[in-house]
Amino acid sequence: MSEPVLRIRDLHHWFGGLHVISGAAFSCAPAAVTAIIGPNGAGKTTLFNLVAGTFSPVRGSIVFDGKAIQGLPSHRVAALGISRTFQTTRLFPGMSVLENVMVGRHRRARGGFLPDLGGRLFNGREESRMRRACMDILESLGIAGLAEQEARSLPFGRQRLVELARALASEPKLLLLDEPACGLNPSETEEMARRITAVRERGITILIVEHDMSLVMGISDRVVVLSFGSVIAEGTPREVQANDQVVSLYLGAGAGDEGDDREAARA
Amino acid sequence: MLRRFQGAPLLLFAGLAILAQVALSTLKADFYLTQLTMAAWYTLVALGLCLLMGYAGQVSMGHAGFFAIGGYTAAVISTAGAPAWLSIPAGVVVTAGVALLVGIPVLRLRGHYLAMATLAFGFIVSRIILGTPLFGQADGISDIPAYHLVAGLAITGRRALRVQNYYIAWAVVALGLVLALNLVRSRTGRALRAIHGDEEAAAASGISVARHKLAVFVLSAVYAGLAGACLAHFNGGIGPGEAGIMKSVRYVALVAAGGMANLWGTLTVSAALTFLSLRGAFGLLDDAVFGGLLVAIMLFAPQGVFGLLRRQEKVP
Repeated sequence: MSEPVLRIRDLHHWFGGLHVISGAAFSCAPAAVTAIIGPNGAGKTTLFNLVAGTFSPVRGSIVFDGKAIQGLPSHRVAALGISRTFQTTRLFPGMSVLENVMVGRHRRARGGFLPDLGGRLFNGREESRMRRACMDILESLGIAGLAEQEARSLPFGRQRLVELARALASEPKLLLLDEPACGLNPSETEEMARRITAVRERGITILIVEHDMSLVMGISDRVVVLSFGSVIAEGTPREVQANDQVVSLYLGAGAGDEGDDREAARA
Repeated sequence: MLRRFQGAPLLLFAGLAILAQVALSTLKADFYLTQLTMAAWYTLVALGLCLLMGYAGQVSMGHAGFFAIGGYTAAVISTAGAPAWLSIPAGVVVTAGVALLVGIPVLRLRGHYLAMATLAFGFIVSRIILGTPLFGQADGISDIPAYHLVAGLAITGRRALRVQNYYIAWAVVALGLVLALNLVRSRTGRALRAIHGDEEAAAASGISVARHKLAVFVLSAVYAGLAGACLAHFNGGIGPGEAGIMKSVRYVALVAAGGMANLWGTLTVSAALTFLSLRGAFGLLDDAVFGGLLVAIMLFAPQGVFGLLRRQEKVP
């Protein structure tokens, strides 16, 4: 088996007295979709933020592409090849769809303050190369027609795709998707599932947190079940669905659906 | 929008500047050129602040401090017998250095806290000037000589050179404007606007937030420092009033009225209001006008005065 793209070992994090991640460990195989599921408050988003560098873990290791990245600030993590989307889309206000995606490509372009003060004479070629690459990404997601629209004025489902485009613009090795179907209607969810599968077919490793079980089970190669900050089960979607512990976690406690509703309401 | 020919407004701007000079000179009213020249140097400060505040979203309530650092450095050097060419470059370099040192700790703060910290910086500069004999304390520094550029061009308030100083000042403003316009339309500009919109998402896109903030802070201070140094030579003197808190408030008000992330708006509003203020149009209420303007803009026209017009057009 090939070397995993991401390997998390014995990860711990707490906020004040709240032990949010306690000893989580799992890995992501290359060019596969790994999904993290778990009840509300299991620590899924915190785990994402630890990988993305938003927080620095109290203890444990996160190895990406053979390099320990725990504690690196998020712009360095991004520069190494990890992109992310957010639970509630966070597009840049006052900027067009294309500009948003071009921000995502920041690290793939050369330049700096001085050539940028100089204008097109100094950065023209790089700018048009960047613009072309970003238009190609919009094209591949079927939203090239929206390029000049203000990103935040678009319907929510479109914004989700723009955020995906922004994350893809850096040509990441690992893509973190935080509830990509949250707030989408069934047909939009289906479209998102197709897009994610297409991204995976381009050889990009994907780690996804999602509540929509049909989406998770449909697109994931591997499912990791998180509860109270540690991994309680792991396997193919089929294996996880058959796991008694998982079933009782979601259904037996009688809090499964209710938990999902709460999470949805919170998001 | 991004491909539109950008030269047209610049030509219009140049045309208006020339028209104003020709008209005033023909009408024997060229004393107005003095205030228009001073307004140009103050406008340069506003343009720099527009980059920092309007685009990158980082408030500075201490820009008069940077203006004063540039001005006083030039003043001290040119009256102390140092090589004459050194004064303006030194003013710019010292301002940049101070901005770098101040920016590193201060830019870790956000929003109101950043405003408070830069306000305190401006206050410190003001008190240092008032308390230091080298800076002439409350009297300021006078008898600053002309700054010779090339071939008979000099930054000075001498009446014979009034017209050329008007053009020098507005040419520097035009250059500052063009550089700023280039910047905001570039990769760096997008990064700055992204930081303004959402720091966490910007960092997740691989943008070094701290580095970009610091760079634009220093650039913005350089605009102010250059303006201060040039105006010190033009006026032949500089006083502690230039470092005052109300001056900093004035620059913020000009950028806000110009529409924040709007370089042309800032230029227009600044040129007009600063000129009127220098002509004494606001009388004793001068500071109150700018303070009141800031409050009014925040309350009623957060998109600036031109935003008001645009909004009326757009309402469906």
